[in-house]
Amino acid sequence: MSTVNLVYFSWVRERIGKGEETLDVPAGVVTIADLLTHLKTLGEEYEAALEHENVIRAAINQEHVDHREPIAGAREIALFPPMTGG
Amino acid sequence: MRTPVTVRVQREDFDLNGEVAKLSAGRTDIGAVVTFSGLCRDEAGTLAALELEHYPGMAEAEIERICREAAARFSLQAATAIHRYGKVKPGENIVLVVTASRHRQAAFDGANFIMDFLKTSAPFWKKEHLGDGTSGGWVSAKDADDTARERWSTK
Repeated sequence: MSTVNLVYFSWVRERIGKGEETLDVPAGVVTIADLLTHLKTLGEEYEAALEHENVIRAAINQEHVDHREPIAGAREIALFPPMTGG
Repeated sequence: MRTPVTVRVQREDFDLNGEVAKLSAGRTDIGAVVTFSGLCRDEAGTLAALELEHYPGMAEAEIERICREAAARFSLQAATAIHRYGKVKPGENIVLVVTASRHRQAAFDGANFIMDFLKTSAPFWKKEHLGDGTSGGWVSAKDADDTARERWSTK
């Protein structure tokens, strides 16, 4: 089992109730999509934050990735809503 | 020469004239400088402040990547992008983009390109604070911003 640092922003952070945590990645969790599915089993707050999976954006080691991206080797995975800067 | 690119993500305000002066100091090859600054609106008097959250590290890296792409695509001679975080009140600055080129079109296009990509791929999020003391919630991403970005892939 490997561990990864998860960071959350904006309403994903607010709904989960924390900005970061370390996760033991279970066997079978290969991609970002798998990770989202796994996180939603961890409690209501995760279900609420990640309910609309298609709007959740992800970054691995601070670079944008799509949900099919494998997470092997990731040190840091970020989950957040669509960006609204500028 | 590698195009000089300056990127900063900061809580404090920026000085537009000062940034233009820094970008063009000592250079005689620049023929055009374009600046864009984005300000906080009061939304017809209802908004007290915007709170800008960002992803430290990735925000700077992503803006730098966008500026480098613009510099290569439009042969810019210099580019500066500054984005603020924290609470910003109506009338205050949020973002500054400065581009320089030999002729005006490249500087205009470069600044436009940087802003279109910055809005949709730089990790910043705005939360509204209303005049009555309540939270207005997180600002939703606009389809129009995605459309604005898409047009650069068909040109």
